[in-house]
Amino acid sequence: MLIFELSQPGRKSHAQMPPAVASDIPAEFLRQDAPLLPECSEMDVVRHYTRLSQKNFSIDTQFYPLGSCTMKYNPRACNTLAMLPQFLARHPSSAAPTGQGFLACMHELQEMLKDVTGMAAVSLSPMAGAQGEFAGVAMIRAYHMARGDTARTEVLVPDAAHGTNPATAVMCGYSVKEIPTNRDGDVDLEALKQAVGPHTAGLMLTNPSTLGVFERNIAEIARIVHEAGGLLYYDGANLNAILGRVKPGDMGFDVIHMNLHKTFSTPHGGGGPGAGPVGVSERLIPFLPIPLVHEERGVYRLLAEHDRPQSIGRLSAHIGNAGVLLRAYIYARLLGREGMHRVAEYATLNANYLMAELKKAGFDIAFPNRRASHEFIVTLKGLKEQTGISAMDVAKRLLDKGFHAPTTYFPLLVPECLLIEPTETESKQSLDAFVAALKEILEEAHTNPDLVKGAPYTTPVRRLDDVKAARELDLTWKQRHEQ
Amino acid sequence: MPFIPHTETDVSAMLAAIGVNAIDDLFDEIPQALRSHGLTQVPEGLSEMEVARLMQERAEMDGRYLNFIGAGAYEHHIPAAVWQIVTRGEYYSAYTPYQAEASQGTLQLLYEYQTMMASLTGMDVSNASLYDGASGLAEAVLMAVRAHRDARRILLPKTVHPHYRRVVQSIVSAQNIELVEIDYDAKTGVVGNLTGDAFAALVIPQPNFFGCLEDVDRLTDWAQAQGGLVIGLVNPTALALLKPPGLWGSKGADIAVGEGQPLGAPLSSGGPYFGFMCCKQALVRQMPGRIIGRTVDLDGKPGFTLTLQAREQHIRRAKATSNICTNQGLLVTAATIYMSLLGPEGLKRVAAASHANAQQLVEALTQIPGVHLAFERPRFHEAVLQLDAPVAGVLHALEAQGITGGFDLTYVYPELGHALLVCATETKTPADLQKFADHLGRIMGRQQVAPPCPIKPKI
Repeated sequence: MLIFELSQPGRKSHAQMPPAVASDIPAEFLRQDAPLLPECSEMDVVRHYTRLSQKNFSIDTQFYPLGSCTMKYNPRACNTLAMLPQFLARHPSSAAPTGQGFLACMHELQEMLKDVTGMAAVSLSPMAGAQGEFAGVAMIRAYHMARGDTARTEVLVPDAAHGTNPATAVMCGYSVKEIPTNRDGDVDLEALKQAVGPHTAGLMLTNPSTLGVFERNIAEIARIVHEAGGLLYYDGANLNAILGRVKPGDMGFDVIHMNLHKTFSTPHGGGGPGAGPVGVSERLIPFLPIPLVHEERGVYRLLAEHDRPQSIGRLSAHIGNAGVLLRAYIYARLLGREGMHRVAEYATLNANYLMAELKKAGFDIAFPNRRASHEFIVTLKGLKEQTGISAMDVAKRLLDKGFHAPTTYFPLLVPECLLIEPTETESKQSLDAFVAALKEILEEAHTNPDLVKGAPYTTPVRRLDDVKAARELDLTWKQRHEQ
Repeated sequence: MPFIPHTETDVSAMLAAIGVNAIDDLFDEIPQALRSHGLTQVPEGLSEMEVARLMQERAEMDGRYLNFIGAGAYEHHIPAAVWQIVTRGEYYSAYTPYQAEASQGTLQLLYEYQTMMASLTGMDVSNASLYDGASGLAEAVLMAVRAHRDARRILLPKTVHPHYRRVVQSIVSAQNIELVEIDYDAKTGVVGNLTGDAFAALVIPQPNFFGCLEDVDRLTDWAQAQGGLVIGLVNPTALALLKPPGLWGSKGADIAVGEGQPLGAPLSSGGPYFGFMCCKQALVRQMPGRIIGRTVDLDGKPGFTLTLQAREQHIRRAKATSNICTNQGLLVTAATIYMSLLGPEGLKRVAAASHANAQQLVEALTQIPGVHLAFERPRFHEAVLQLDAPVAGVLHALEAQGITGGFDLTYVYPELGHALLVCATETKTPADLQKFADHLGRIMGRQQVAPPCPIKPKI
């Protein structure tokens, strides 16, 4: 049932109605018809959206080992305290003296993120990881331009990279060259040496990589790229794996973005809002996106265009996703220094334990001779050849067993893959239950493959026809559905 | 105090299963030289009780103000039900609906949202949101250039929010796109008659940054007659009252974008908000961001799924329409519940009450000697006032009285003199408007006396 089907002409949520007043706007500017918004009572609306919520899997209701997404517990305190009435009521354009409490939190967050990443300065303004990536590559471009080095037209990206990396490089006016990965999951150094040159603007790298392993030659990679005059970009998607243990700045990276909705546990919210602060080494500081939070003798203010003439500019109308940043700040204060160290330790322990148990259960690990970082890859190529059961089938069957599926079919270079990231907030008992479920599915794949192919059975809908969705586009509800 | 459930027994059993002696051994692939020597700028962890005290103190430092600033972020009443439902764990802690069968709640909600936004803007289709209004406008500019194919010039009036224009500049600057600034008529505060070379799109803000209503029909017809596209930059609350972009001129705007914040998102120092984007059916494959479609499952039962993913970065990589990955899911959840609670009549009443309050505010403030209305023009809920005194000092004096009195235009529009952009929404009572007028009157008359005690604690 859609909200529009609940709608009854003339029904209202009376408590939400301001008094009706006449408008003196000339008729030529006015709309004639009413928009298609539902006409419902307050209870209709509350019941409808509460029921809809119950059709979702979420961290609060299920183990959600979605690789590369760091689906860890989102502490409730972060939400409650970020929504204190004074924080919610403050207008973004009101003067700095009206927001000293908020700005103090933002400045401290900037300083903590500098420390965690080992970078010289941080800007909080990008609104998501992909926008952080954009800011990072735009700064690389601004740096080369400021030096008059206009020959650098190419950005290097490993073939295992997130799709946002090449898409971002193109948005920044660069062409993209992919660097292959070797058999052990490291960047192919010979191919990298061949690829770099005076046209290299930079290399975008995730470490640990999307293959769930730590790039061991990172120091050598940094040397090769820097000697060619390029800069090194760190995609912070997997920062949870090294939080407090390795700082990207120490690995030689010049610019990084963080995904606060991953490492700093701000809500994923059904797909956002995220927050993607960027950190830079000394030489990129002038180009950081504005606004920046500045502190002088205990008084905070925002730095804008006239303070930062070389900045790559603004990425949002205001300061970015302020409320998300507040949640990350609260999370960081709850964890503290020792807590942050333990994040990487236990995320890594959980991933390696799960990998070991699945190996014992008969699953093929994509990089069996490597340590898992905070995540690892199972490949079901063998299973598919034997039984016809694909990674997609296993993912769907997991839903029936009460688990959200891992990431499937990413990274693209491992066939029939499941990218599994348990995070540090899951207990041994939930991991054991997940292993047991996968073992059952493995058994079913051999004894009753059709059962697995037909999954899921227990979700609100069964497998959906994606081809029909794309061919016969139905993107908005129209009355005709009911006829 | 990390959120880690492991007991010592668990840890020993897990290490034994892996076949290592200590957690440290799991990091043995990381070269020694790269290992961190610890964090120095992160303080010791706090308990929830301690953090709660700290945050309450910080919140109290910010205080509460009677707000008359608009300028792209608007204070509206948000029904209590909105954020109570939004923060249910099933919405709050779910992710992008990659597993459609396990995400029907989010997906159906997004489909309902797309329907509401398409209807509100009078367009055929909507995406599932972008980051905010400003970055949404930048995406619309890129989309228009992709769709137009020939021209790479965009006509961007000065009546568009100045921060939006800067964001567009930052985001499209590497793609060889020319942004042409269009001046406004000094008397009316709107875009006048236009001429010029071929262009990909004209951006039309409605209402514009000054609160004035542009001649959207004339501008749309002109732009489309020149072979350009029209991007309508609109306020969603206003659309309950004003002609939707899909009906501008004879053919309607091609793309409609804007800031979704007025639909249920608190001001919150600037975010998170969300950008909305709608377009004509013919342009749907050029649209960036997530799009939800209705389809059927194996049993023929209706269901919802992400669709047209071939436009997106995780499939198309370097050839994607945008690098955008997430949307602003929670804010869209809030907006959908907000629009459902208000319905067509409620949203129209919010718009009309905001307009009426703004009219009364302008009426009251312009009676004050030294306060003049900048533009004679129909408006929505904002207006530009010209003062006989520097704006910064006036705003500072108002702040001491607990009033945030508007957006200072002095630096961005120096040609307007001491200009102040003020806003009133449905949240303001006659007493609020009177209080603002009384204080501004005293300040302008230099009869102001120092407040008996500082409102703000010294930092």
